Order: sequence, then C-alpha cells, then structure tokens
Amino acid sequence: MSEMSHGHEPLPGLAHHFDSYDQQRESATLGMWAFIVQEVMFFGGLFVTYMVYRREYAAAFAAGSHHLDVKLGAFNTAVLIASSLTMALAVRGAQLGKKKTLIGFLIATILLGSVFLGVKTVEYSHKWHEHHVPGPHFVFESTGVHGEAIDPHNARIFFSLYFAMTGLHALHMVVGIGILLWLIWQASRNRFTPNNYNYVEGTGLYWHFVDIVWIFLFPLLYLIGRH
Amino acid sequence: MWKNFPLFPPSASTLSGDVDAVYFFGLAVAAFFSLLIFCAVLFLAIRFRRRSPDEHGTPERAIVWLEIAWSTIPLVIMLGMFGWGAKVFFDLHRPPANATEYFVVGKQWMWKFQHPTGNREINELHVPVGAPVRLTMTSEDVIHSFFVPAFRTKADVIPGRYTTLWFQATKPGTFALYCAEYCGAEHSRMIGQVVVMEPRDYQAWLVRGSATQAVAASGADLFGALSCNTCHRADSAARAPLLAGIFGREIHLADGTTIKADDNYLRESILNPAAKVVAGYQPVMPTFKGQISEEQLLQLLNYIKTMAAAPAPQQAALGGTEAR
Amino acid sequence: MSAEATSPRINYLNADYGVRSWLFTKDHKRIALLYLGTITVFFALGGLMAALIRLELATPAGDLLQPDTYNRVFTMHGVLMVFMFLIPGIPAVLGNFLIPIMIGAKDLAFPKINLASWYIFTIGGLFILWSLLNGGVDTGWTFYTPYSTSFSNTHVVATGLGVFITGFSSILTGLNFIVTIHRMRAPGLTWFRLPLFVWAHYATSLIQVLGTPVIAITVLMLALERLFHLGIFDPAYGGDPVLFQHLFWFYSHPAVYIMVLPAMGVASEIFAAFARKRIFGYRFVAFSSLAIAVLGFLVWAHHLFVAGISVYAATVFSVLSMLVAVPSAIKVFNWTATLYEGSISWETPMLYGLGFIGLFTIGGLTGVMLATLGIDVQVHDTYFVVAHFHYVMVGGTIMGYLGGLHYWWPKISGKLYPVFWSKLSALIIFIGFNLTFFPQFLLGYMGMPRRYHSYPPEWQVLNVLSSAGASILAVGYLMPLVYFAWSMRYGKPAPANPWGAVGLEWETPSPPPTENFAEIPVVVGEAYDYTQRNYRFPLRDHHEVAHV
Repeated sequence: MSEMSHGHEPLPGLAHHFDSYDQQRESATLGMWAFIVQEVMFFGGLFVTYMVYRREYAAAFAAGSHHLDVKLGAFNTAVLIASSLTMALAVRGAQLGKKKTLIGFLIATILLGSVFLGVKTVEYSHKWHEHHVPGPHFVFESTGVHGEAIDPHNARIFFSLYFAMTGLHALHMVVGIGILLWLIWQASRNRFTPNNYNYVEGTGLYWHFVDIVWIFLFPLLYLIGRH
Repeated sequence: MWKNFPLFPPSASTLSGDVDAVYFFGLAVAAFFSLLIFCAVLFLAIRFRRRSPDEHGTPERAIVWLEIAWSTIPLVIMLGMFGWGAKVFFDLHRPPANATEYFVVGKQWMWKFQHPTGNREINELHVPVGAPVRLTMTSEDVIHSFFVPAFRTKADVIPGRYTTLWFQATKPGTFALYCAEYCGAEHSRMIGQVVVMEPRDYQAWLVRGSATQAVAASGADLFGALSCNTCHRADSAARAPLLAGIFGREIHLADGTTIKADDNYLRESILNPAAKVVAGYQPVMPTFKGQISEEQLLQLLNYIKTMAAAPAPQQAALGGTEAR
Repeated sequence: MSAEATSPRINYLNADYGVRSWLFTKDHKRIALLYLGTITVFFALGGLMAALIRLELATPAGDLLQPDTYNRVFTMHGVLMVFMFLIPGIPAVLGNFLIPIMIGAKDLAFPKINLASWYIFTIGGLFILWSLLNGGVDTGWTFYTPYSTSFSNTHVVATGLGVFITGFSSILTGLNFIVTIHRMRAPGLTWFRLPLFVWAHYATSLIQVLGTPVIAITVLMLALERLFHLGIFDPAYGGDPVLFQHLFWFYSHPAVYIMVLPAMGVASEIFAAFARKRIFGYRFVAFSSLAIAVLGFLVWAHHLFVAGISVYAATVFSVLSMLVAVPSAIKVFNWTATLYEGSISWETPMLYGLGFIGLFTIGGLTGVMLATLGIDVQVHDTYFVVAHFHYVMVGGTIMGYLGGLHYWWPKISGKLYPVFWSKLSALIIFIGFNLTFFPQFLLGYMGMPRRYHSYPPEWQVLNVLSSAGASILAVGYLMPLVYFAWSMRYGKPAPANPWGAVGLEWETPSPPPTENFAEIPVVVGEAYDYTQRNYRFPLRDHHEVAHV
C-alpha cells in the first residue's frame, strides 16, 4: 500500500494511479482527442450518406436547401462561434486559477448555446408547419431552383438528412450544456486549480469540436446552390 | 454412392470449368500452406521438447531476408490468385453480344421469369443448351440473390435497380436454383430450377407454352397505352428525345455531364424523369412511378432497346392493355 | 529466476467484500472479472442458439422449428456471439486485467471510465436480452435493408439500440487502452520492450475507436429509417439499399480484426512462455499488428462482390484483401520459427496455442480464397463463408481466449486447475470444432446457401457430421466452466510464476494486490528475455541485499 515516494500525502487533485500532474493532464488530453476522433467518425457516416445523395439528387437537395432559413442559420453560426470564444476564455480562467472568470464565461457559453438551441427549435417548428418533416405528413410540392420538377421522395431524403445531422448535432449541444452546468457546480466547490483543470480543458475541446461540426453543416445544408 | 453423397456440384456451363480451376488452385495453395504450418509446428514442438524443468530456449536475432522472403512469396502467390480470379470474374460479367435477354423478377418468395417471346414461368426457367443467356433482374421487395451452383454464377437481385447475370449451358438437364440472400421467412424455400433443353425441344416448348405476346410487343402496347409516343416521336422532336437506338449511347445531360444510357438510366428516366434531363430539352416529362409494375417496366425497356434507327411511330390503336 | 511467493493475505480479491465493492470498483482486475461473468452468460445464450441451429440442420426438412423461429435463432446467435462475446471478449477480460500489470502501472488511465464501459456493455446487453425474450430479431446479424427497415416484424430497433449502446463500451475500452499504453508505461519500458500482447491490444484499440462509431451511426440511421421512414435505404423513395451494406461493412470488416488481433496477442505470449524464448521477429510481429489494423479498413467491399458493385471496384478490393493477409502470414511464420531451438512444454495453454496457429491458418487461407473474385461468386453467401469465419473466429479467437484464460488463470484466481481435465477439454474442443466446421467448406462449394432452414436431402450426410461435431464441441466448452469454478474452491494455491515464464505479470503475487505492485518496476531490457533478468525493483532488491 505504500506510495512510490514513501509516506507522502497524496497530492491534491492527483488520482492515485498517476505519478504526476503532468502525466494526468497529458492522459486527459490524449483521451479527449481520441474521443473527438471517434466523434468525427460518428458524424462521418452521415456526411458520407449526404455526399452520396447530394450527388445523386442535386436538384432536389438544392430545392430543399432553399426552404431552410439562411438568416437564422447564419445567426446561429455566429452564436456558436461566439460561444467557442467564451469557452476558450473560460478555459483560460481555469488555467489562471480565476474562479469568477471561469464561472462567468461558462455561464456565457451556456447562454449562447441555449440561444442556438432556441433558434433551432424555431426552425424545426417552421419545418413542421410546412410539412417538411419526414414521416406520414411529409409534403413537398415546390419546384426546383430553376423551375424543374422535383420528386418529393428525393426532397424527403434531403430533409431526413437535415434533421438527422442537425438533430444529432443539437443532441451533442444539449449534452455539452449539461457538462457545462456540472463544471459550474464543480468550479463553485473549488475543484479546479491551475495544476488540475483537465475537465475544463477537455470540455473546451469537446465544445470546439461541436462548433466545427456546425461550421460544416451550415454550408452543406443551408447554402446549396445559393449565390 | 456418390450420387447420394456428392462432393461437387454438376458442371453445366461454359464457365464452370474456369471457376473450378481457380477454386482448385486456391484450394491447393490453402492446403499446401496449412499442411506446411501444421507439420512444421508439430515437428518443432516435438523435436524441441523441454528436457529439464529449468531449461530455456535459445533466442535468435531477426533474420531480415527470411522475413522479406516469407512476406513476398505468399504475396506473389496471392497476387497470382487475384489475377486469375479477376479474369474469371470479368468473364462471368461479360455476356457475349448475341446473348438472348430474359427477364427476372424476384419477390418473396418466388422467381418470376419472362422469355423474350413472352412466355412466362414461375420458379422454373427453360433455356436452350449451347446458347448464351443474359438475365436482367430486379426485385419487387427485398434483396434476393440468383444462384445456380451448376453454372457457378450468382448475382444479387436488388429492388429499385437492375442487375445482370449471364451463362451458357453446356448440357441438357435440370439444375437447382437457390436464393442466396436472406430474404425473410421462406428464404430456404425460394428455390427453383433451370431446365436446359436441346434447341429443338426448347422451341417446341415455347410454342406449347402460354405465351400471349412477345415481350417487345407488350412493350410496344404499353408505349402507346401510356402515351409515350405523344412526345417521343420523330415529328415533334422538339419536345422529347428520340428513343430509337438510344440504348448504350452516350447522352449529354442538361447539367453538363454525360451518362451512358443503360438499363438503369432508362428505368430511372421513366420513374424519375427530372433526375437526369437531356441537354436541350425542358423538364416536362411526367413520372410514371406507381402506374407501372416491374414486369411492365421490363417490357417497355425491351421495346425501347429493339427500336430500330427508323421507327414506325406506334399509334395508340392497339387497345386492351391496361397500364397496371 | 522467478520469485516463489505464495498468495499474500491481502490481494485484489479479498481486499474488500460485498456486492457494492464489486459494482462500484475502480480496480481494473475486478472489472475484468465483472466482464468475465457477463460475457460468459452471453456466450452461453449464443451457444444455445447454435445448438438449436445444428439440431434443426441434422435433418433436411425444417421439422424442428418454424422457418420464422429458425430465422430469429440464427440472427440472435450472430448478434450475441459477435457483439456480446467476440468483440469485447479478450480485451475486456484479459486486456483489462493484464495491460496495466504488463506495463508496470497501477491501473488503466481512466478507471472510472473502465467501470462505465462495463455498465454500458451490460445495459446494451439488456436491450438485446429483452429483444431475445420477446421473440428476437429475424434480419440476420447483418441487418440488410430493405428487409430490416421495411419488412421485418421483429424488434429491430430494440436490438439495434442494444448494439449501439454496446458499441460505446467498445469505444471507451479502446480509448482507455490507447491512453494507458501511451502514457503509463513504467520507467525504461520503451515501445519495443513491450509484450506483444500489448502491441496487439494497441492495434485493436485503434480499430475500436475509429471503426465502432460508424456502425453506431449506421444502426442509428437504420432505426430512424424504420421508425420515420426517412427514405435513405428505401428504393421506393430513391434510397439505395446497397449503401447500407457499404456503411455496415465499413465497420464490420475491421471488427473481425478487433476479434482476432487480441487472440494473436495471446498466442505471442503463449509461444514465448512455453518455448521459453523471445518471439522470433518481434518487431515484425509488432508492426504486423499495426498493418492489420490499417489495412483492415480498406477492404470492406469484398463483402459486396456480387451485390452489384462495378467490376473495377471489385478488383481494387480484391487486391487490397490479398494485401491484408500478408501481415497475418508474417505472424504465423514468426510464431512457427519461435519454436525452433525453443524449450517447449506441452501444457494446456500451449495446446491452445498450437491449435490456434493451425486453425487460424486454415481460416485465413480460406479467406484468401474468398477474396479471389472468381471463387467468391460461387461461394458467397454459402456455407463456405460460414466455415471460413468460424475457423477464424472460433478456431482463432476462441482458442486464443481459452488459451489465455488457461495461461493466466493462476494469476487471476490464485488457484491451479486440474491438468488432466484441461488437456482433455482442449483435445475435445479441437476435434469437435473440426468435425463441426470442416464439412461446411464442402457444403458451401456444392451450393448450400447460408441461413437455410431446410435443404435438399443429398446434403444431409455432411450436415449430420457437422451437427455431431457441434455436440462434441459443446461438451468441450462446458468442461472449463466446471473445472475453473471447481478450482476457485478446491484448487491448489498458485505460486507467483507457475509456468516459469518471463513477464511483469509474473513478478507479482498470484493473485496480485490491488495496486498490482508493491513498488513500480524499472525495465532495463527487452521482453521475453530468458537469458537475463530485465526487471529492477530498486527498493525490494536493495532490501533483500541488505538483509542477506
């Protein structure tokens, strides 16, 4: 049961199986990067499906895309980028041991993330009222961008991918906000020090990743065929 | 005894021998290396048995040339297998130009065949010996797979598109047909047979059979009944492209790309005309999805393929064919 | 050369008592045993399904089960064996237990995530169990569309959810191993001094992290398609059912390397220990593990050779499939060469090792036959494929798993098992296995398709041989269950190093204390060195010297 360095009190915030804060921090960071790599593969399946069908049904995809609200999408993009900024500043606060800064920016990030989700809710309800949600009530009667006839079945595939991809993204945002709330709670109990703020850093990486996914989703879904 | 305990399927097509040959080669390679490893391992494990409790082995340094050798030699052998197998595969996928086209629709849990003469069969396909046969196949529901072990060929049968398979039978007889892609409850019973006959017997069978109309003629009827000819005709070329001789040609599309007019392109153009519009034409063709069955589609396709360079426009005077 | 210590009074098994001490443990060794328990249950269920299959197929007519029931039975056999036994199997049980000890660490990098992995695995398993008890699923473990999305009337979504959830267990285990191997090696333990078991698990973890998310999203799309009729895989909506196959096999092919690489890692350990010498061509074997992991991602469409892909695409995937066989061949030759000038003992783990190398070779070579385009057209979706994958998954993975259990059981349990019964069961398993699956190669070339409930009478003799073999195999599998359990109570206490092997796991008592080592070792030389001692325990050595 003896410690490696005999009889030392275990260092605060250092798990028993690690030898040093450095080892703990490097492990946490590597672990989070590995997690993000698998998230890329997870979303990747949807992106591949999107690419296959966009090539096959280009006109239907463009037509569907034109029924999305570009302004709301662009606004959301700006909101999310801003939230990445506040998240990075929160990490900096933790790094410097400034609890109030950390908590303040965590709250800001949560607020911005919530705004994003609120806008998405509005968009989804628009789609519901226009009968563009795939399911038994799906209807698509528009013509294409150049006035050509569009097979509603192909448009349905576009909207299926729209909801699957943005829905999965939104789910990641919800989980992220949950984690941020937990971080605020832990920070208020002085859990994080400049020696050990791995959870904050890891959450920051996760949040930036979710942001980057949106930066791909926005042009691919909202900006097809627009000039 | 071997009749009731066979180890090999009958060999009944022009390519059976080729497939068997590459199979035997693969088998020989597998058997050789398996036996090699088995014997080497057994021999060494006995020869170098531990003689006293504290004895240990004598390590060696890695011998790089040996590593390279036993990596390269198997690789070369396997690339040889690949090459041989690819050649046979290409042969299995290249029907001769003069192959007769038959039409197959698979559905849970039966096979529906139609001869070019119009004869229809269920679960049984009669073909003449010595003549190349090409099957154009699709499914009405789930994925099936058309498999005749005696001909050494197989192809999946997929809903929503056409796949093809060809063979040339070398001897008369009855050969088992199996569905080789799991398709639901009666998958094991979706079996049938290919009956190979001498050409004269085959002709006699055709005449005796229940042919109402040649497939191409049925297709011609449909072409009129569905009013395809109101736009696809020589004198109003401005509205729709002429279909004579179109099969296999390169088509220039409105979006600037080119595509080869194969079975799947023609099928899609009937069911989803807006997907690939020919350059220079307006996207005004209506869709026929839901108005036409798979078998009718196959008949139309066959008709289009037989349209000669100077078609006589078929008027909708031939009545009696429901478009359903 | 090895420390002869008897079990210390306090070890990881008796350090704490009570159900809570097990269900809330962070000790990787206890978590490994939790996995051992649940995995064995799923293996038994999958085995029950197999018994039903072979009973039905003993006669040509479909007279034991309704066709619909049979379809559910073979599907559940596949789902249980692949997702709940073979994929987690060796990494979750042996990897979890041994990797920290083999690298001289106190635990994995993320002990709580390790426990969470087990809970996630079990919860996913509960979904599948629920589905099984409510009639199962009848789509085949491959869930091909559009049958699974638009035609099956079974609990596809529940089973899919179970697979989805269990997948995350696999991802987290892989992530844990990667970080652990990178960051927690003992002083002096460089990459090329690692045991090959660790290399094999590192390569496996790469596949787990990169590949599993793709099956997760595919199963998710399948569920959404089924629930909301999205249209992605339905031709009536312009969807492509073959797209599902590409997405499915993009994971499921690398998945087979998740199953076999750890078994290869076990084989390396067994050959080194029971020939008492270093593995010949160590670096080649290590790099081969990585090569298999990388190349394994490039061959998925060899499952689609007759599914309507272009002949040119088929050609590319056929060549790549030949390439992926090369690193496996390299390993087989190197293991064989290890035996030369070895000091070989025929103890039970070695019997499994020898069985592994033979059966894996046959399985792998028949895989090369399948990769050959002209052959595959004939044998795709026949019993030839069934025989091939059982040779590599059962003859390969399960032999590796059992060999590993027999090799490390004294370390894990602190007890010895009866030698005679263990050797007898190894022999019974070997005979039973070959009798079950070799006839299936013949059936396949003759044209017996897979997933058939009834078949023409001329194929009965081979089917009866196969079913007879299966009953022998079942007996062989039940025996270790009995004598391992027996050993927990009545087995002789095991010394720290019962086999006289070299490795860090043999430097600590059987069973080990919770923190694995009283003192973190320093490694000064390569693995499997039987000519000199390469581990230093500065304090202990100093203490011993001072007291001589």
